[in-house]
Amino acid sequence: MSLGHMKRSIRKTNPDKERARQEKYYTASQWSLMWRKLIKHRLALISFIILAILYTGAIFAGFLAPYGLGDFSGSYSNAPPSKIRFVHEGEFIGPFVYPYEIAYDEFWTKVFVENTETPYPIRFFVKGSPYKILGLIESNVHLFGVDNSNLQPGKDDVRVMLFGADQLGRDLFSRILIGSQVSLTVPLLGTAISFVLAVIIGGISGYYGGIVDTVIQRIIEVLSSFPTLPLWMALSAAIPPGISVTQVFIAITIIMSLLSWPRLARTVRSRFLSLREEDFVLAARLAGVSDFKIIIKHLVPGFMSYLIVNLTLGIPNMILGETAMSFLGLGMRAPATSWGVLLQETQSVSNIANHPWKLIPVLFVGISVLAFNFLGDGLRDAADPYK
Amino acid sequence: MAETILKVKGVSKTFHSKEVKIRAVNNVSFEVNRGETVALVGESGCGKTTLGHCIVRAVDVTGGQVIYIAEDGTEYDLHSLDKKTMKSIRKDIQMIFQDPFSSLDPRMTVFDIISEPLRANFKLTRSELEARVKEAAAKVGLNTSYLKRYPHAFSGGQRQRIGIARALVLNPRVIVCDEAVSALDVSVQAQVINLLKDLQAELGFTYLFISHDLSAVEYISDRVGVMYLGKMAEFATTDQLFKQPLHPYTEALLSSVLIADPTVVTERIPLTGEMPDPANPPTGCFFHTRCRYCIDVCRTEEVKFVEEQPGHFVACHRVKDLKLEGIVTQ
Repeated sequence: MSLGHMKRSIRKTNPDKERARQEKYYTASQWSLMWRKLIKHRLALISFIILAILYTGAIFAGFLAPYGLGDFSGSYSNAPPSKIRFVHEGEFIGPFVYPYEIAYDEFWTKVFVENTETPYPIRFFVKGSPYKILGLIESNVHLFGVDNSNLQPGKDDVRVMLFGADQLGRDLFSRILIGSQVSLTVPLLGTAISFVLAVIIGGISGYYGGIVDTVIQRIIEVLSSFPTLPLWMALSAAIPPGISVTQVFIAITIIMSLLSWPRLARTVRSRFLSLREEDFVLAARLAGVSDFKIIIKHLVPGFMSYLIVNLTLGIPNMILGETAMSFLGLGMRAPATSWGVLLQETQSVSNIANHPWKLIPVLFVGISVLAFNFLGDGLRDAADPYK
Repeated sequence: MAETILKVKGVSKTFHSKEVKIRAVNNVSFEVNRGETVALVGESGCGKTTLGHCIVRAVDVTGGQVIYIAEDGTEYDLHSLDKKTMKSIRKDIQMIFQDPFSSLDPRMTVFDIISEPLRANFKLTRSELEARVKEAAAKVGLNTSYLKRYPHAFSGGQRQRIGIARALVLNPRVIVCDEAVSALDVSVQAQVINLLKDLQAELGFTYLFISHDLSAVEYISDRVGVMYLGKMAEFATTDQLFKQPLHPYTEALLSSVLIADPTVVTERIPLTGEMPDPANPPTGCFFHTRCRYCIDVCRTEEVKFVEEQPGHFVACHRVKDLKLEGIVTQ
């Protein structure tokens, strides 16, 4: 008997279970119906997992990154990614790295050569520079790092740099993780702000209609007709130079959200207008339900799913926006970092030619943008389970 | 003498847009007695739904009055009431909708849908609320164990029952059924119509039954109003209207009814052409463009809506000299 056949026969002999399964579907709310549809969307589910990993990485960046934001090492300036090895002199001794030695090739270009005399083992839970997780948990234990206990005195620390180092010899892997804290939270916060603006302004526009609606719509048209890049530049030029990192972060978030709410407000308004005409809204009105309650109970839940889709699809723009601004030197500034800041070094072609690993942050930008897009696609398919 | 519950007096509803002005309902008057079923029939676009909306004050009239006579005999002009009084009257006049899919919020459970009117009008405890919702559900033949489900679990007929339960949970006196069965399968239509009839017998509802289905209308209603292009063409008891129509439009409509008896041979009177554009109605009698009895006077002179026979109102210039065919029913 084939498996499919067995399954079928189990179903047949188990009508109670079948009925319970059906009842579960019948009593499923909008959100659980959406979830059912979403997890059937393979790509969206994978994207969701990738994003979960990226955000977990951002939260625990201090712990996962072997080095801190300011850790630099002159001898590792522009060092290529470390090769993690397992076999030393024909013997398996677990993960380790060889220290780099600087040499010059025939064109007098600096090259890094591994000194294979002594292996420096990679250990888990090593002590390093202090960090805080979510601003609360203080620690100096890092997930992994190089055991420098048998280092010759007077020599620089041996480091493990998975993605290589930048000009100042800072570990790119650590900096990508720490930078993701900015690059991945600016879009979320910006989206939250534009969400509030969109619901309020779009809601007013859709609910009152008439002149209010016309005025708001014209303002939205004007706002969305500005070319984005020059507008960012103008707005960020307005950020005063002397302010703290946190303030820059907030300012960028606000700039991002100011530019993205108009599109969302449109979505809210149009859903508002179409829902307002539904018979169930009329039924509620005829039953004497107040306007406020109709909005809260019928209209808002009705467009919420659409709004979430639009928010998700709007996040990639914000990631790209923040990256672009920081890349141009208009966003986050050193010592703070973000993916855009990391990419600043790639502004010169010789840098890309000689140190191609410096482009790795692009990969992260791309992956997160794609993941948000696919997740948004899946959400869009699942958004209205009643169609 | 039957007790009047609803008086529609010269109601008009005009929709404006930039250039056009559409008189969807044009000076319509009739009365509804308590406990009876009055049907409004006509082609789509004739204004019957708009009239229904005017009666429940879903839209405001542009002229005329809708007078509701409450249990204690007080008369309320629905369109001049303040918000608070209107809210207290609302629960007496409820509505059943045409589309059982768009009339139930897909995001609410059946319990929430049926209990919503109660929660909006009364302060009830959870157990009182449950008792009344269960009672209403039982009345429409809905299994009370289904109350936790969402509308997507139900078929059209069941959904319509939910809609009916929502309307009757407030113990209304008047229920406007706007094409309440048109969206359903024929077999389900019969069930729902019978349910409406049973509920009326049990609870004494007054129905305003808006429909384009003449056989359903004949079955359920006591009196019928025929509407054409926003105006009332004829208004009479169901018997009078079906046996002895006085308006050519009614005659044409009746000739389209299928009679389930192969020995009966009826002549179909085809209505040629489209219904005229309501934004630009014809002169004289609105029906003259499609009327096969049309004479000169019909084209020029407006026609009055008069009581030709006791209880039988009609708007036709030639009412005296025409002998029209109805349908004989057993």
